[in-house]
Amino acid sequence: MMIEVENLSVRYGTAYAARDVSFSVARGESFGIVGESGSGKSTVLRALAGLNRDWTGTIRVGGETVTPARDRAFFRRVQMVFQDPYGSLHPRQTIDRALSEPLLVHGIKDIETRIAAALTEVALPPSTRFRYPHQLSGGQRQRVAIARALMAGPEVLLLDEPTSALDVSVQAEVLNLLSDLQEKRGLTYILVSHNLAVVSHLCARIGVMQGGEMVEQLTAEDLRAGRTKHPHTEALRRLSVELEETDAQHGKAA
Amino acid sequence: MEVVVQNLRIAFPSPSGPLEAVRGVSFTLGQEKLAIVGESGSGKSLTARAIMRLLPRAAMLSADALRFDGIDVLNADENAMRRIRGGRAGLVMQDPKYSLNPVMTAGAQIAEAWRAHRGGTRRQAREAAVDLLAQVQIRDPGAVADRYPHQLSGGMGQRVMIAMMLAPDPELLIADEPTSALDATVQAEILRLIEDLVQRRGMGLILISHDLPLVSHFCDRVLVMYAGRVVEECRAGELARAQHPYTRGLLECLPILSEKRRRLAVLRRDPSWAAA
Ligand SMILES: Nc1ncnc2c1ncn2[C@@H]1O[C@H](COP(=O)(O)OP(=O)(O)OP(=O)(O)O)[C@@H](O)[C@H]1O
Ligand SMILES: Nc1ncnc2c1ncn2[C@@H]1O[C@H](COP(=O)(O)OP(=O)(O)OP(=O)(O)O)[C@@H](O)[C@H]1O
Ligand SMILES: [Mg+2]
Ligand SMILES: [Mg+2]
Repeated sequence: MMIEVENLSVRYGTAYAARDVSFSVARGESFGIVGESGSGKSTVLRALAGLNRDWTGTIRVGGETVTPARDRAFFRRVQMVFQDPYGSLHPRQTIDRALSEPLLVHGIKDIETRIAAALTEVALPPSTRFRYPHQLSGGQRQRVAIARALMAGPEVLLLDEPTSALDVSVQAEVLNLLSDLQEKRGLTYILVSHNLAVVSHLCARIGVMQGGEMVEQLTAEDLRAGRTKHPHTEALRRLSVELEETDAQHGKAA
Repeated sequence: MEVVVQNLRIAFPSPSGPLEAVRGVSFTLGQEKLAIVGESGSGKSLTARAIMRLLPRAAMLSADALRFDGIDVLNADENAMRRIRGGRAGLVMQDPKYSLNPVMTAGAQIAEAWRAHRGGTRRQAREAAVDLLAQVQIRDPGAVADRYPHQLSGGMGQRVMIAMMLAPDPELLIADEPTSALDATVQAEILRLIEDLVQRRGMGLILISHDLPLVSHFCDRVLVMYAGRVVEECRAGELARAQHPYTRGLLECLPILSEKRRRLAVLRRDPSWAAA
């Protein structure tokens, strides 16, 4: 197992943002997390990524138990892409700086070629390289954040709504890119998204959260086929299918 | 309320001369739900923000006409623009956390927006704020009103923005990817709320979204943008039968839940799409 999470709990004051969450992800596998807004999805990712030290339970990465404080080697192995790309990109740093920083931190050479390759990989034109985050569109910023996470060659990527700011053509490119990278480098993914079609496209197994708890784990196959157990899972599935049907089959029904 | 946009152009200076990000966009909007879809970087956000003259400082703006309810947005003074922005038109931006004030609680920001337009006491404003939070489906709205932006989940931040923009009872709502971080249940509720405002109060809506099924289901009309131009316009319900190869391409790259696809189709962009 690449990632094992046992009874992970996170509290803010007296309220639990995550409560006794357990799941595991094999090396080279993708695990999806879905669930209503505020259910604790980002909280779980942030605890895994070492961004929040205030949690209880057990987290193992590559078989080793990790402590709340993490070292540099951890951050080379595990990278996170945030829900809000503005939050992860420094406003006064050019894209070039943002992409070269992880290389400098980890002493990686060939900065020039790697940056050019990274921009191409996420379909950003070379002209964006020396711009600042506010000079890019929302989708372009999100692609910079993905490129940045990939810079130091991580083994695990924690992705929080990585494609929700992207148009569908770029979303398709990014999802294909994530599949290709997984095949080539054997990356392990945890993907948080509210879009069930996106999650089931990339992930074979999915955990459903509600009110801080993981109320169901099921395969993407079962989700597609409607073999759900928990009512929250079914409610989310039904709404996605309804929207797809009215659009794809009848042009417009309503 | 009517919005008129004729031959809108927005450019940015660059070392190799001005770069045109929006190149001659025209449309009018009444009491209806207009969607703008299109590729990332195609100029959707800039087009919508031009109506409120909320553009990056470096932007060079020109148009044959740009009017909000008869007001000439190109030439109006700052005071007139402030009146539009502060109440008559609301903009829900794409990066909610960036546009919220980090040192004010969610409730205080909504209350301020409400009071600026309707007056009333602090207490009334606070009550209205909590009520608005409940309307955008925030559970435990009283507690969430006291949280600061960094204590909100992504979807909560988006909903606080929406509540803040609805507080002054606007005639026009411009919503830039307003529900992209929301799960399907909450998204459906928020769209119902917006629908209600359009129906009951005659609000106009510009919805920028990359979610084609949602737009097709919810809006009346769709503009499809590519490289700074509108390349196709159609009735929302007919989006699935759109003609332009770019729009067709967009429809084909969608992953769908009911059907497993091994690899997603990607767009092969044709340089002629960007040509005049
Ligand atoms: N720093 C904080 N202080 C207090 N409460 C917090 C803090 N951070 C998060 N919370 C609360 O914890 C809960 C879970 O938040 P989290 O961000 O994990 O939700 P989420 O599932 O990612 O939702 P979304 O889909 O909207 O992004 C929410 O109620 C949120 O308001
Ligand atoms: N301040 C700026 N300086 C230079 N170029 C800019 C600036 N702001 C935006 N642009 C460019 O203008 C183009 C249109 O931007 P806009 O934000 O309107 O795109 P969008 O269609 O909303 O895309 P997205 O779906 O990714 O949000 C983009 O190529 C962007 O890089
Ligand atoms: Mg989140
Ligand atoms: Mg935009």
